[in-house]
Amino acid sequence: MADYQLPPKPKNSGVKMAKRIVIAVLIVLMYVWTFASIDIDWARAIERAMDNFQRVIPELFSPDWSAAGEVSLAMLETVFIAFAGSLMAAILAVPMSFLAASNMMGGKIFSATGKWILSAVRAFPELILAILFVVAVGPNAFAGVMAIAIGSTGMLGKMFSEIIESIDMEVVRGMEANGANKIQVLFYAVMPQIIPEFLSFAIYRFEVDIRASSILGIVGAGGIGTMIIFASNNRNWNEMGMILLAIIIVVTVIDFTSARIRRKIV
Amino acid sequence: MTNEKNPVTQGKTPSIYPAKTKKQVTIIFFAVLAVYLFSMYWTQREMVGGIDGALGNMFNVISKFFPPNFAVLPAIWDPMVETIQMAIISTTGAAIVTVPLAVLAAENITTYRPLYFASRTFLNILRTIPDLVLAVIFVGLFGIGLFPGILALFIFSIGILAKLISETIEAVDMNPLEAMRASGGNVFQVIWYALVPQVLPQFTSLTLYVFEINIRASVVLGLVGAGGIGLILDQQLGFYNYPNAMAIVILIFAVVLIIEYISNKLREALI
Repeated sequence: MADYQLPPKPKNSGVKMAKRIVIAVLIVLMYVWTFASIDIDWARAIERAMDNFQRVIPELFSPDWSAAGEVSLAMLETVFIAFAGSLMAAILAVPMSFLAASNMMGGKIFSATGKWILSAVRAFPELILAILFVVAVGPNAFAGVMAIAIGSTGMLGKMFSEIIESIDMEVVRGMEANGANKIQVLFYAVMPQIIPEFLSFAIYRFEVDIRASSILGIVGAGGIGTMIIFASNNRNWNEMGMILLAIIIVVTVIDFTSARIRRKIV
Repeated sequence: MTNEKNPVTQGKTPSIYPAKTKKQVTIIFFAVLAVYLFSMYWTQREMVGGIDGALGNMFNVISKFFPPNFAVLPAIWDPMVETIQMAIISTTGAAIVTVPLAVLAAENITTYRPLYFASRTFLNILRTIPDLVLAVIFVGLFGIGLFPGILALFIFSIGILAKLISETIEAVDMNPLEAMRASGGNVFQVIWYALVPQVLPQFTSLTLYVFEINIRASVVLGLVGAGGIGLILDQQLGFYNYPNAMAIVILIFAVVLIIEYISNKLREALI
């Protein structure tokens, strides 16, 4: 009778084991450090939650319909901010992405500079940009547009440059071999390959920007965020419920529409 | 005998795009342009002094931010550390809670349709609420402090993480799962021995990605009183103490870049 045995387990080399142990120790240390040094006043938080629960949660679920008009106007402004911001970003991101893509401008220096600028822009949270722009152009929706435009350029530029890097270079080389100049190569070899994906990512970015611009008002950059901060300062949780409802509906509708458009494009 | 009437070399070269597409694209282009112009008009209607005044003002104000006052660094170090800890705790919590949710929201594992649709819809709604709005509500509920911030990040990350992971689960190779099931494995055995090994690298990578997002988000949570460095930044701007604010912004910038670099390296090593 054949002897059924499991095959022996693959042996782990000593280096691999040591590496794993070091990683495990580092992770444990990180958690020990985190939980040992963070101080949360549990008693106070729980006490406050007990007090406020009745005042907040049921109110959130009974939205104040009388504020519907004002809320939808503010939500419309949010959509405008996101639209203007993402379109600006989509346009600004194109030259940046050509600069950052390693297969376009030749020269590694251009590509490295472009990539570095884009990641530097990305490191700033949009709200921090919004604060800076509010200080600069005053507390209005245009500060929001600028913040979204700059913030999205970082992300879109990165996405676009990755798309450019993934194109089929055979076509470009073929055209160059046939004597096409740079402009012709750009229009007939590069653009047809990148336009659908560029559009798709730009529309996706609009979805993200709708979410982002709905909170910009918290620092005074216009849109529905302004109402959020008023409602929370006045403890007007019915109105907050209405605002939440508006955000959920608008974001869902735009996500749905944009997903359909993107499926058609690509 | 020169062939002067050759249709290929004579006259206009035919366009590579059909006329109908051109018409559609033109209409869409003008529609987008119109909405854009209207948006620009709408967002600038409250601006005093118009765009020229604003641009001039911008340079004035930006020059006030320089040079940054790095003498405040020791004082803002603690809130910065707090910010990172908030991100660590909330990401960990979300990574644990997200596992059952992601499995429920994966079409190929949860074959019971109503359950799948319910969890999908729940996650979709969860993702529409911005993190800062959650923070505002939790601050109202629990009072000012770190806890509402952590909770807001936690709930926000569940939405993203569960969606990303459920998509990963939907993309796995189903053959090992079927083989396990055929040889008599129960649901948990199938998940543990056939699904987990396929998903684990992606899971870790996505968790790190959400950690990056959380670091950025936790930086601004302080603006609504939910702890971390945003609170200090808000205060300094409120006092018109721009050099201090700039030092904070630069510190945030550096920390975000460093953490992103580490996390990127880890993710590259994983996949």
